Amino acid sequence: MSSDQTLNPETLPEQPERATLEGKNKFLGFWFFLGGETVLFASLFGTYLALNNATNDGPGAEELFGLELVFIMTMLLLTSSLTSVYAMYHMKNNSFSKMQLWLGITVLLGLGFLGCELYEFYHYIHGEGFTLRSSAFGSAFYTLVGFHGGHVTFGLLWIVTLMVRNAKRGLNLYNAPKFYIASLYWHFIDVVWVFIFTVVYLMGVI
Amino acid sequence: MSTATAQKRGFGAAIWDYLTTVDHKKIAHLYLVSGGLFFLIGGLEALLIRIQLIKPSNDFVSAGFYNELLTMHGTTMIFLAAMPLIFALLNAVVPLQIGARDVAFPFLNSLGFWLFLFGGIILNCGWFLGGAPDAGWTAYAPLSAVSPGHGVDFYVLGLQISGAGTLIGGINFLVTIINMRAPGMTYMRMPLFTWTAFVTSSLILFAFPALTVGLFLLMFDRLFGSGFFNASMGGNSVIWEHLFWIFGHPEVYILILPAFGVFSDVLSTFSKKRLFGYTAMVFATTLIGFLGFMVWAHHMFTTGLGPAANSIFAIATMAIAVPTGIKIFNWLFTLWGGSITINSAMLWALAFIPTFTIGGTTGVMLAAAAADYQYHDTYFVVAHFHYVIVGGVVFGLFCGIHYWWPKMFGKILNETLGKITFWTFFLGFHLTFFIQHFLGLMGMPRRYWTYLPNQELDTGNLISTIGAFLMAIGTIVFIINVIYTSVKGHKVSGDPWDGRTLEWSIPSPPPHYNFKQTPLVRGLDPLWIEKMEGRKGITPAEPLDDIHMPNPSILPFIMSLGLFIAGFGFIYQVDNLAFLWVVILGMGITLGAMFVRSIKDDLGHHIHKEDLEEGADQ
Ligand code: HEM
Ligand SMILES: [Cu+2]
Repeated sequence: MSSDQTLNPETLPEQPERATLEGKNKFLGFWFFLGGETVLFASLFGTYLALNNATNDGPGAEELFGLELVFIMTMLLLTSSLTSVYAMYHMKNNSFSKMQLWLGITVLLGLGFLGCELYEFYHYIHGEGFTLRSSAFGSAFYTLVGFHGGHVTFGLLWIVTLMVRNAKRGLNLYNAPKFYIASLYWHFIDVVWVFIFTVVYLMGVI
Repeated sequence: MSTATAQKRGFGAAIWDYLTTVDHKKIAHLYLVSGGLFFLIGGLEALLIRIQLIKPSNDFVSAGFYNELLTMHGTTMIFLAAMPLIFALLNAVVPLQIGARDVAFPFLNSLGFWLFLFGGIILNCGWFLGGAPDAGWTAYAPLSAVSPGHGVDFYVLGLQISGAGTLIGGINFLVTIINMRAPGMTYMRMPLFTWTAFVTSSLILFAFPALTVGLFLLMFDRLFGSGFFNASMGGNSVIWEHLFWIFGHPEVYILILPAFGVFSDVLSTFSKKRLFGYTAMVFATTLIGFLGFMVWAHHMFTTGLGPAANSIFAIATMAIAVPTGIKIFNWLFTLWGGSITINSAMLWALAFIPTFTIGGTTGVMLAAAAADYQYHDTYFVVAHFHYVIVGGVVFGLFCGIHYWWPKMFGKILNETLGKITFWTFFLGFHLTFFIQHFLGLMGMPRRYWTYLPNQELDTGNLISTIGAFLMAIGTIVFIINVIYTSVKGHKVSGDPWDGRTLEWSIPSPPPHYNFKQTPLVRGLDPLWIEKMEGRKGITPAEPLDDIHMPNPSILPFIMSLGLFIAGFGFIYQVDNLAFLWVVILGMGITLGAMFVRSIKDDLGHHIHKEDLEEGADQ
């Protein structure tokens, strides 16, 4: 089929993620999607800010949150954003194995983040008896942070799927946009975390 | 492999074709049929409401059932009738108007439809499973959070799923309009319907996520014991009002803008004139879209946000009347001096102008925050929003359906029947709703099951009910018209109205690749320009060549089915934790289908040049 030749050129163009019409559409569509996601998280943040003092005589932000673990989590996620940039850099240079390597590191860092978050939730629930049902504050906290965690999980599954699926055949103009938007998604998750770190944890403790 | 799927072989094959189609024109049919069915269901609910209110102290339906009826009427009409019918027109027309062969994301287009349909079915399942939603279409907390039974759960899950479909549809049309325009089709040459589709899609993108979050919070409160709206846990039910209206007000513009687009195209076509003030119309459309996000609290004047907030939102609200006024005048000036054809489509457009103006006027009255304390939650508000939604959106849908029917199905709807529909519906509409302004001013509250005799409300309500039946007659005649036309109607050419825009330059119904050669656009109203220069059709922008088309797929249907199943799991796990397995099953189906989509390459197929030359006129 002629698509085979067009999708697998001898040399990849400068921006392989936007070289085909499908790629351009994906690129733009995904940016719009992130616009919608921004409203989604803005609504969750708004809800959290409205309820962050509604502790219903249960534990509040100051008693619960410690910054050490959250700091480690922030570092893990920020670094993973950087490593995904490296991966995209290697994608543009058409060095597939290096891209896979950096994506692999990104995934490991993401898993580390997720592990910390699960530990944190476990600690709150079993150590402090602080749950979704404790208070409106609890509901808002778990919903906001949990939504983010859900995004991280989905992003990890997505990236791993792409890595495994394309492991044997390398880069082409069909899968380059897929890798690219997965990395965009990962950056977005990272940005949201920066806000969670600031609004939920920093502002909660100070 | 490609041509085999396009040919219909028997009934089963036709069904399979529609289940898997990614062709925007067939998806338009799907939206039209399912939106139309929900419109009939919503209309039936409205009739039952009006029968209950035909006389004072009536007990035709019970109070509880009445609550379900009015909730389901509003929810069905907005989310399951108006929205999909608008998507039907968008799908049928926008790609053709910009000279594209399909939308940007054909697969997602189909996914959007199936999500909407399965969400709509969940919503209506309540009727058969112990009670429909009954907390109003606005589902205000805390009532919605504590309303017993599963009714409101159906609302939450149904809207969540169909809302995801709408969001996908919005993104799809944004990218389609930005990336898929034919050569020469600059932004300022796009027909106004396409412009309104564009602005509406961006409103969908930024408004629907607020509803998504609101529905999640309500779902967690009802199903998992969280306390967002539960005052005894420190919750705050005003959050729901904000989230709902941050979505809800843009939503009313999501509905009306495409109708504005329809009227603009229809008025200009049947006045044989360029749309007056095209640039101002585009500007007004974007301004309305922009302001639409800053006025949500006019629905909350009586919530107690304080005089400062109320004043700001009152002024912002009134400001919307300015771009709207610009539009009204431009429509009038388009008619001015035109050589006007009056047919069914045009009747709807002409009737829209004064009707919508009344609705806008009462809107400005309601926007006066101090006065709104008197109007709020009375029939005055009911009259206002039916003037804009029925007089604007429903008139617009009828108008657009009559106008584009020949493009979609190759036949013109019968004119006599069309005029009967128009006059019965139009008179019935004003009979039903004009009087409600006065009922409201006399103090009749909305959403009450009944009223007492001798409060001077009797006659008004009787008139209103009579009007509702006239609208029902109009709708039935329309259905007869559809059947009659499909049996008896004559095939028409690709350009039965002497049209001005690209969709009229190709056969009716269009071949599945729309344009054999991508058209070259040389100005606003491109087909008209060619006609004025004595040419028959549009100049092509490229030589005849192979055409790349997307492949059909059953995956969108399966993904939506999975969410449908999971929805029931979520609802019933409250009663029995074993239903969590249903959640897992449903989510597994959906995620599995997504996984398959991700790992299986879908490169589409080519229609070969030779085949195109053979089937010259399909
Ligand atoms: C000039 C333009 C408009 C203005 C100034 C305006 C103003 C208002 C105000 C202030 C209210 C709240 C009344 C109350 O609850 O006390 C309202 C309600 C409403 N408006 Fe409008 N409106 C305008 C146009 C529209 C349009 C174009 C639509 C729909 C296509 C629309 C649909 C609605 C609906 C559905 C409600 C009632 C929602 C509910 O409580 O169930 N309005 N409008
Ligand atoms: Cu509003």
